[in-house]
Amino acid sequence: MSEVDGTPLLEVDDVVMRFGGVTALDHVSFVVHRGEILGLIGPNGAGKTTCFNVMTGVFKPTTGQVRLNGAPLVSRSRHQITRLGIARTFQNIRLFPEMTALENVLVGADARHRTSVPGAVLRLPRHRREEREGRETAFELLEFMGIAGVANQLARNLPYGDQRRLEIARALATGPELLCLDEPAAGFNPAEKERLLELIRRIRDRGQTVLLIEHDMRLVMGVTDRVVVLEFGRKIADAPPAQVRSDPKVVAAYLGVPGDAA
Amino acid sequence: MTSSGPGGGVRRRGNPVVSALRSADDWRLSRLADMRRRWQAIPRLVRIAFGVALAVFFYLLPNLAIPLIPTPDTNFASVLFTVAVYVLVAVGLNVVIGLAGLLDLGYIGFFAVGAYSVAIFGSPASPLATKYPWLMLIPIAIALSMLSGVILGGPTLRLRGDYLAIVTLGFGEIVRLVAVNWSITKGQIGIPSVPAPPGHYPNGSPVFGVIDTRPFYWLALSVVLICMFGVKLLESSRVGRSWLAIREDEDAAELMGVPSFKFKLWAFAIGAGLGGLSGALFASRQGFINSNSFDVLTSMLFVAAVVLGGSGNLAGVTLGAVLISYLPERFRGFADKRFLVFGIALIVIMIFRPQGLIPSRRRAVELADRRHEAEEEATANV
Repeated sequence: MSEVDGTPLLEVDDVVMRFGGVTALDHVSFVVHRGEILGLIGPNGAGKTTCFNVMTGVFKPTTGQVRLNGAPLVSRSRHQITRLGIARTFQNIRLFPEMTALENVLVGADARHRTSVPGAVLRLPRHRREEREGRETAFELLEFMGIAGVANQLARNLPYGDQRRLEIARALATGPELLCLDEPAAGFNPAEKERLLELIRRIRDRGQTVLLIEHDMRLVMGVTDRVVVLEFGRKIADAPPAQVRSDPKVVAAYLGVPGDAA
Repeated sequence: MTSSGPGGGVRRRGNPVVSALRSADDWRLSRLADMRRRWQAIPRLVRIAFGVALAVFFYLLPNLAIPLIPTPDTNFASVLFTVAVYVLVAVGLNVVIGLAGLLDLGYIGFFAVGAYSVAIFGSPASPLATKYPWLMLIPIAIALSMLSGVILGGPTLRLRGDYLAIVTLGFGEIVRLVAVNWSITKGQIGIPSVPAPPGHYPNGSPVFGVIDTRPFYWLALSVVLICMFGVKLLESSRVGRSWLAIREDEDAAELMGVPSFKFKLWAFAIGAGLGGLSGALFASRQGFINSNSFDVLTSMLFVAAVVLGGSGNLAGVTLGAVLISYLPERFRGFADKRFLVFGIALIVIMIFRPQGLIPSRRRAVELADRRHEAEEEATANV
């Protein structure tokens, strides 16, 4: 793997998330370093998506803190966190179905924009500049994800794989420092997974940090620099993939399940 | 492919009437999509010229003796004025319902705020007797109705779907009850001598008088055209995209950086402002308002105009508003039964065409695409 800049980008600091009597995250702490691809794995119900939701402001943790570049994120609203530099995709695709692919990406790009009603009605210079820039960014990202050909199609009409790619393009359009992908390869065949792997590497090469939730062990092992393993809301391992693969605790919790792992 | 209903509804086979109606409607929709494609292929300059010609036609409408269109029992220009006010209401309500996806059942409340603003601050008969000039009353009416939109939206826009609908329904009733009971609005007695727009002919008679209502119609038409243009500008901007994103999936929109509360509040304020403006025009034309003009049923008619015509599409909601305001005047016998007829019409529309008579561009484009795909598939299979 390529070199990782050692400075911490995101710190998850002793986060506890309880829903009634259920503890979904139990004193979870880990750091995402700038420039790395970090895998977040664990069996079903381990708390991976909950962790994403806490980081992106969907849930407010019971206790604990999340910091981006040292700035606390807890109790900030979701759109503020996005604008601070975290973007995500969803386990179940959540595009804007009645908008075109291009418009979906434009909504993402708008996270960087400030035009409001007066600017739009009066067609102020800022509106025009932001529209032009947004379009350029959007086309470039659609190109990057290999779906520029469907720019004018409604998101709901796109094939499944294109929808997944469009979600990543939309997230990238917000200009994130940290891109969180929630099972981006779900439902992909091996060839598509291979292409996705390549894409994730290229996203990192663009200077973005990637946090990846994934079930497919081969994918995780092939692309990540480091892996954090959750089980029942607790962190049980935090190490490079090769080391995690041979960690008896992880094997017991996850890899050892017959017929599941790669 | 052919068996899936365009609206995603269940297509019942076996009922010949239903399937005949559906295929007739499918045909109509494909013509519509065709027209839209051809329209977009026309050079921009020609389209603008056509738009101008259409506007000129509407300006001339009360002067043209076109058979069948004028209303036999009522002054035609006065009917056209009412139609224009309804269109303005529909354009405003479309921002709230069609674009931002917020079901507002109390839109009449903003209409009433606008109407009463003009009456209270302009009429010599109002208890305040401030008698502001008309040109000042309009900004006041817009400002006050926008303010009431923000006051209503501030706490309630955190609610979603049905809950928001119930709260707005309550708001409409609150405004009406205030109008009924407040000493300044004077309930059923109402406020007379609501000022009309200024201007006199050389012979001294007012331009916006009682006898010739055409100036009122021309004024309302101009306001409608300006507001439509403004809404179009909003639609094709960050604001419009944010509204659509919120309508489609509010949580995803938030996570993509859309400050949804802010834009929902804007939608509410703009909708309220347009509603207030139409109320102000209505009051200026009537010259007299009382609490009877602002009941829930009228509020439902407003929503019906938007939903019937095609929520989210300016042409659609305009058609809806025209149907709802013009038909009862053209066919007077029908006026008493209009709630019944529109109720039935709404049910029929909901069954056969949930997106309204002229569905928004997105739907139409999609349907056209699907047909296209189906054709390709068919050719490929041959």
